[in-house]
Amino acid sequence: MIPLIEDQNQEVLEAVIIRFVGDSGDGMQLTGTQFSDTSAMFGNDVATFPNYPAEIRAPQGSLYGVSGFQVHIGSVEISTPGDNVDLLVAMNPAGLKTNLHALKPGHTVIVDSDAFTKKNLEKALYESNPLEDGSLENYRVIEVAMTSLTKEALKEVEGLDNKSITRSKNMFSLGMVYWMYDRSPEYTIEFFNKKFKNKPQIIEANTKVLNAGFYFAETLELIPNAYTIAPAKMEAGTYRIIMGNTATAWGFLAAAEKSGLELFLGSYPITPATDILHELVKHKHFGVKAFQAEDEIAGITSSIGAAFAGDLAITTTSGPGLALKGEALGLAMMIELPLVVVNVQRGGPSTGLPTKTEQSDLLQAMYGRNGESPVIVIAASTPANCFDFAYMASKLTLEHMTPVVLLTDGYIANGSAPWKIQSVESMPEIKNNIVKEAKENWHPYDRNQDTLARGWAIPGSEGLEHRVGGLEKDKVSGNVSYVPENHEHMISTRAEKVRRVQNYIPDVEVEFAQEGDLLVVGWGGTYGSLHSAVKQMNDEGYSNIGFAHFNYINPLPKNTEEVLKKFKKILVCELNNGQFVQILKINFSGFDFLQFNKVQGLPFANNELIQKFKSLAK
Amino acid sequence: MEAAVKEYTYKDFASDQEVRWCPGCDDYVILRSMQKALPEMGVKKEDVVFISGIGCSSRFPYYMDTYGMHSIHGRAPAIASGVKLANPDLSVWVITGDGDSMAIGGNHFIHVLRRNLDLNIVLFNNEIYGLTKGQFSPTSLVGQKTKSSPYGNTQPPFSAGELAIGAQARFFARISGNTPKEMTQVFVDAEKFKGTSLIEVMQNCPIFNDGAFTKFTDKAVREDRQLFVEHGKPMVFGKEKDKGLILKGLKLEVATIGENGITQEDLLVHNAKDEDPTLHQMLVRSEYPMVTGIIRSFDDVTLEEREDALTEQVKADSQFSKTDDLFFSGDIYNVF
Repeated sequence: MIPLIEDQNQEVLEAVIIRFVGDSGDGMQLTGTQFSDTSAMFGNDVATFPNYPAEIRAPQGSLYGVSGFQVHIGSVEISTPGDNVDLLVAMNPAGLKTNLHALKPGHTVIVDSDAFTKKNLEKALYESNPLEDGSLENYRVIEVAMTSLTKEALKEVEGLDNKSITRSKNMFSLGMVYWMYDRSPEYTIEFFNKKFKNKPQIIEANTKVLNAGFYFAETLELIPNAYTIAPAKMEAGTYRIIMGNTATAWGFLAAAEKSGLELFLGSYPITPATDILHELVKHKHFGVKAFQAEDEIAGITSSIGAAFAGDLAITTTSGPGLALKGEALGLAMMIELPLVVVNVQRGGPSTGLPTKTEQSDLLQAMYGRNGESPVIVIAASTPANCFDFAYMASKLTLEHMTPVVLLTDGYIANGSAPWKIQSVESMPEIKNNIVKEAKENWHPYDRNQDTLARGWAIPGSEGLEHRVGGLEKDKVSGNVSYVPENHEHMISTRAEKVRRVQNYIPDVEVEFAQEGDLLVVGWGGTYGSLHSAVKQMNDEGYSNIGFAHFNYINPLPKNTEEVLKKFKKILVCELNNGQFVQILKINFSGFDFLQFNKVQGLPFANNELIQKFKSLAK
Repeated sequence: MEAAVKEYTYKDFASDQEVRWCPGCDDYVILRSMQKALPEMGVKKEDVVFISGIGCSSRFPYYMDTYGMHSIHGRAPAIASGVKLANPDLSVWVITGDGDSMAIGGNHFIHVLRRNLDLNIVLFNNEIYGLTKGQFSPTSLVGQKTKSSPYGNTQPPFSAGELAIGAQARFFARISGNTPKEMTQVFVDAEKFKGTSLIEVMQNCPIFNDGAFTKFTDKAVREDRQLFVEHGKPMVFGKEKDKGLILKGLKLEVATIGENGITQEDLLVHNAKDEDPTLHQMLVRSEYPMVTGIIRSFDDVTLEEREDALTEQVKADSQFSKTDDLFFSGDIYNVF
C-alpha cells in the first residue's frame, strides 16, 4: 500500500475529480451536490454527473444498487464531469467494487470500514476483504469507521432513531472531503438550516456529523496533505449551478415571457425527461399550464390543442415517447402550428438503457413520421446551454410556424454546471405570426414571403374562423384538396419553409485550428468531451486539429460545406452507430467522412478520444 | 363589459364546403341539429371550436363555419383538452365515433371524462366502421356479420353510457338519430352544463349497418320502445303513456298504470342530478325501454376551476412575478 503521509505542504491543483459512491439509500447524490455547489460558490468551474440505478430501492448492499455522483472542479475551464477520478469515497464494498476501476492508480480511496462486514462483502461478491487482502496496494486507502464515528458524534442528540443516525454518515465523508480540499462546511450548514427549517434535531445532527468529519480529517495524521483548487477564471457575471433539465425548463419560461404568450406543457413521465415536467409544474405563478396527460400521445396532442388556441406549446419526452408521438408530430407539421418537442435521449432501442445516455434518436427526430414531413431539429450541447436552445426552439417554432424537435440527452440533462444567468431582457426578440384582424381576402394558408410561415389565427378572433386538419390542404384556402399538383406544391412548400430557417441561424464555429489535417465533428451533448480532448491535443502541440460542433441539424448551418473543405480528414464522433454522419453524407458529396462511434450508454472517455485523434493526426 | 352575442341563425354556422356524407345518413340530422342549437347557446361564433378525430363523423368540423380541427384517429379528446386548458373561455366540442372514441382513442375518452373539463363530446354511435367500409366496431353486437367478421362477431360490445359513467362522466345523454328536435335541445343543455358532457347519438349508417336501431327508433315503435327521461318527471312511456319504470329489489321493472294497483305515484321520478350513478347505470343498461334524453347531469367542480383556484393561490403566495426573479433567486454567486 502507498504510504499515507507524504509532504505536509498544501498542494495547489488545477482540477480534481471526485466520485462519491454508496448504497442508493446512502445519500450520495446530496453529498456530491453539496460538494459541487460549495466549490462553485468558492469560484471553481464545475461539472457533475449523477449515476444511479434504475431500481428505486435496490436491495441494500447489492452491486446493482450502487448510486454514485461524480464532481469535476477546477481553477481552469471544466467542460466534462471527467473520466478517471482522483478521489473515490466508497461507503460500502459494493460501491468500491463497481467503481475502483475509475480511480487513477496511486490515488486515494476513502472507505467506511464499518460497512466492510462479512455480509456486505458477500453481497458485493468479494471472496476476501479487499481492505485486508492486498488488492488495493496500488492505491492510498483511508479506512475510517464512519458509522461508529457518526454514532459517537450523535450520542448526545436526543430523539434520533438508529436509522436517522446511520443515514447521516454521508455527511461525515463530506466533512472529510471539505477539509481535504480546503472548503468551508458553512454553505452546507446553511443548506441544512433552510432545508430542515422545522426539524431542528435533523439540522443539529447533520451539522454535528459534518463538522465531526471535518475535524476528524484535520486532526488525523493519516490524512494525506490537503489540496486546494484556486478559483477559475470565468467571465464576469452572476452565476448559479444548473442542471440541464432545469435549464431547458427555464429556457421555455424565458421564451414565454419574452414572446408574451402563455406556456403550455403536455407531458407524460419518462426517464430521463421527467425533471422538466417536475420543474415546470412549480411555476404556476408565471401562468405555466403543465398538464400531466394520460399517455405520450395525449402529451403531444394536448399541446397541439394548446398551440391551436394560441399558447407557446411544448411536450417533453425520451426516445420511446418520441416514437409514440410520431403521428401527432406529423399532424402539427401538416397543420403548420408552433410546437416544441423535447427529446432527452437515452439508451435505445426499445426500453434500452433508460438511465444511460446515447445520441441514437437523431434519425428518429429527422425522419420518424409517415410521409414527407420535415421538421426543424436542433440540439443542446451543455447543461447550461439547454437554456439557450430551449429558448431558440421556441423562437424558431413561433417565427417559422413548424414544429421543432430539441434534442438533449441523459448526460447533459442530469449533469450540472455553472450558468451565467441571462436576464430575459438580454435575450433576442421573439416575433410571432398571430393574425390580429380579419382583412379582406384573408386565407388560413397565406404565408410570410420570407419565412413561408403561415398566419396563426387563434380561436376567439372574430372573422378568422377556419378549419385545419391532417388531410392535404389547398395552398390558399386551406380547404381539403386532393389535387395532385397542389399536394406536390404543399410538400415542397413545407420542406422549403424548414430549409429557409438556414437564413436565421448562426454559422457553425470552428475551434482551435481553422484549417489543417483533421476536423473533429460532433453534435449535441458530446461537446464537453470533444472540446476538452481537442484542446488537450492542441496543448500537446497538435496544432492542425480543428473542432466543429453542431447545434443546428435540420437545417444545417450555411457554412457547413465551407468548413468541411478546410480540412484533409473529417472525423465524425457520435454516441450511436453513425447517424449525423449519414446526414452529412446526404448533404455533402466528395468527402471521406471517418467515424468514431460508441454505443455503451456512456459518454466518450478522454483517453479513447485522444487515442483516436492521435491515430489520425500528424 | 363583454360585447353582446349576435343574433345568429343556423346558416351562420354552415361553412361553404359541400357536405359529403352518404345520402340518408343520420350525420346530416346531427349537423343540422348542431347548427340550429348553436344560436340558442348564447356563445359567440368565434369562440366555438370543433375538434374531431378520424372516421365518417370526423368530417363534421369542415361543415361548420367555426374554428375546427380534423385531427388524428382517437386523439380529439386530448387535443380538445389542450384547447380548453389554453383558453377556458372557448366553447369546445369533440366530434367522435364509436371506433374513434372507444377503440383507438379509448384511453383519451375515459380520461377526459374523469377530469371533467367543461367541454362537450358528441359520439356518433353507428355500431360499425363506416369510413373503412364495414368492419365491426367496439359497439357491434356479438354475432353481427361484418366485413371483418363474416361468420359473426365474437367480441362483446361496450355500452357507451356504461363505460362513460364508469369513467365518472357527470353528464350523459342518449338520443336517437331521427329525433332532431330533442337532439337540438340536448346539445343546448350540454353546452349549458358545466363539466364534460357526453351525448351518444344512435346514428343509423344506411350503408354498412342499416337498421341497427330500428327496433327502438322507428316511428311506429318509438313511443312504445323508448323512454325519454326528463329531470324531475316520472319515468312514463308508451303510446298511451300508461307504462313506467319501478324499482323492484335491485332491478328496474316495467309496470303498467292501472294494473296490479300501480298508479303514476308508484313510478320512479328521474333525478339526473344525483351524484350516485347507480340508477343512471340501470337506465343506461335497460333495453326495454331504451332510455333516451339526459340520463345523468351531476354538477361537479371542473378541472379548470381546480386549476384556476390553485394558480391564484400559488400566485398570491409567490415571491416571483417575472422569470428574472426566479433566475436570480437562491444560490447565486458573482464572478468579477
